[in-house]
Amino acid sequence: MANITNTPESAGSNLMARALREAFYAGLVALGLFVLFVGLKTDQNILNELVLVQRWGLLAVFVAIAAVGRFLSVAFIRPYLAERKASKASAGVKEPGFVTRNFSMIAVAVLLVYPPIMVAIFGFQGSLKWVDNFGIQILIYVMLAWGLNIVVGLAGLLDLGYVAFYAVGAYSYALLSSYFGLSFWVLLPMAGIFAALWGMILGFPVLRLKGDYLAIVTLAFGEIIRLVLINWTAVTKGTFGISGIAKASVFGIWSFDVSASNNFAKVFGLPMSSAYYKIFLFYLILALCLLTAFVTIRLRRMPIGRAWEALREDEIACRSLGINTVTTKLTAFATGAMFGGFAGSFFAVRQGFVSPESFVFLESAIILAIVVLGGMGSLIGIAVAATLMIGGTELLREMEFLKHIFGPDFTPELYRMLIFGLAMIIVMVWKPRGFVGSREPTAFLRERKNVSGSFTKEGHG
Amino acid sequence: MAGTNTMTKDPILKVDHLSMRFGGLMAINDLSFEAYRGDITALIGPNGAGKTTVFNCITGFYKPTMGMITMRQKAGKEYLLERMSDFEVNRDAKVARTFQNIRLFSGLTVLENLLVAQHNKLMLASGYTVLGLLGFPAYKRAAAQSIEQAKYWLDKANLIDRADDPAGDLPYGAQRRLEIARAMCTGPEFLCLDEPAAGLNPRESLALNELLRSIRKDTGTSILLIEHDMSVVMEISDHVVVLEYGQKISDGNPDHVKNDPKVIAAYLGVEDDEVEEVIEQIEEIAEVAPGDTHK
Repeated sequence: MANITNTPESAGSNLMARALREAFYAGLVALGLFVLFVGLKTDQNILNELVLVQRWGLLAVFVAIAAVGRFLSVAFIRPYLAERKASKASAGVKEPGFVTRNFSMIAVAVLLVYPPIMVAIFGFQGSLKWVDNFGIQILIYVMLAWGLNIVVGLAGLLDLGYVAFYAVGAYSYALLSSYFGLSFWVLLPMAGIFAALWGMILGFPVLRLKGDYLAIVTLAFGEIIRLVLINWTAVTKGTFGISGIAKASVFGIWSFDVSASNNFAKVFGLPMSSAYYKIFLFYLILALCLLTAFVTIRLRRMPIGRAWEALREDEIACRSLGINTVTTKLTAFATGAMFGGFAGSFFAVRQGFVSPESFVFLESAIILAIVVLGGMGSLIGIAVAATLMIGGTELLREMEFLKHIFGPDFTPELYRMLIFGLAMIIVMVWKPRGFVGSREPTAFLRERKNVSGSFTKEGHG
Repeated sequence: MAGTNTMTKDPILKVDHLSMRFGGLMAINDLSFEAYRGDITALIGPNGAGKTTVFNCITGFYKPTMGMITMRQKAGKEYLLERMSDFEVNRDAKVARTFQNIRLFSGLTVLENLLVAQHNKLMLASGYTVLGLLGFPAYKRAAAQSIEQAKYWLDKANLIDRADDPAGDLPYGAQRRLEIARAMCTGPEFLCLDEPAAGLNPRESLALNELLRSIRKDTGTSILLIEHDMSVVMEISDHVVVLEYGQKISDGNPDHVKNDPKVIAAYLGVEDDEVEEVIEQIEEIAEVAPGDTHK
């Protein structure tokens, strides 16, 4: 079909005529495409005979959608977009506003006051949902994605089995706390160390692989860990999972166990509520996230961080400059895995229950999708992507009003993967480098100029 | 320091009986030559002569089938390069290289490219990241010093104005210069340049000659370069080694090589009297084969 977008529109009538013509063609094409698929349907009648059902009404709807869509697109949407583009180009580069410049500071401040505000609005019991399902859930994924960002975004190593390290962290806490009674504050660093160790164990044999091959092996590793957790029933209780995992305490001073004498609510003479623990967990994961961000930002300015990014850009050039690429890749793997382990132990303490169900491949895929959508290497972009992805899927559970439209059987959260996929396609078409495609340099002589995404590479090793 | 072509030279790199076989192809066949300290040595030859293969063997990217490559540092320490892996050749033996098809970190800024090149030095100063992460002053000093070092080379390569731009954004000639500056930031004693003048216009070529001369004069770095541009080779090199089909056919100062009949034959084909011989041979073969209608 003729698709002339660059012709300057001289008159409105001309445009309308063209829009109508293209709408007609689009309708014609739709008719041709759908007449046999939609217009006619083969079915069996009660005598088991094959009959042809005619569905002209449905076909008309399909054709109408195509024609009207084309008309709207040509007549209104395209001129509007072109106009906006032109006005943007003429306006030149805008000075970023106050919010843009201080985005991360404002975000941290908002997160710090988030639980009290929720309590103030919804009361203790009502705030549980907002602090736990939205706040904590999103922050766990932010932390996981920031951890994976070190491996994928900075070092350019495609890791499809990141959830394995999350599992290692969660199970190290669950097992060591239930078998040996160690506290969360001892086990949090240990979970990180164990995960980092597993990162190295995986890294040694596989880091000679590149690109697709590395991705496949990491994918397999993720599955191996999950299958070990399922089948090593003597230790992990298999698919039953480990329940009754001990809660974390405020550095051992105040506990959240109801029976304990130093229970938080009792000590302060507050009414009993499970909200205190959730709020404590919220601040805990927020602190862990900030730690991850702080370490990532600092590491990027260290020689090792620059070597990771150089590795993503060109591995052979790295070697010609005397950089040991094997140890550099291993440190990236281990550092990323360590943050996965921290997040895992936090996950175990929050749920009080872990089972292999939580560590399926889909989790790895979601974390990777967040990193890619956010813009590889960009902490802010990734945080925004995690909020949209995880917050969005949680919001679907709140869409009760949709039941009034689609009937009582409609459960919107079942459509989350469909919406997730659609959203990814749209974002990737609209912003192929993710929300934040540009890269901030780690050092500068005169002025810090962001590097456009068209120069950075995705990595291949 | 400048190259005077006396015979009492101190070899910095010795290549002994080097052979490299790829399956059935003998890319380098029993090649021996020396590069002298403080010299600019050029490695020339027709396409496919095995020049880049020699480079890859020297810098550890290929493991030679046979032979020995000895690098002798100023302090007298010797390294057998054929036994070392690629990154050790740079880190320990102090041999840096550039690539025929430029390999910059295009998404990093020009300055960052030069900082990555100082990785090993900074790694040590940052206590393998741990001390640096905790903000020790020793690392801050080393970091500031590495930026000074980068500035020095940016100045030399005439790139100081582009320091904060992405390396991929530079024009071709500037990318070539940046790659050389980056190699020099590793602090090498021996610099291998793979066709540094390829794709440069005459003015850029001249600037490159200037840069290479000043590298040798100011740092005492010895240079080995592969080059097709004879104006560069004859202008700046002290010593030329000519390869053809993986074998050395000539070795000496530029004037000697220029007049060597073997070199002329390799570049321009065989000489006239030999051409007649070849034609005679072909005619003999044609007479033996009667089915052939062509005469």
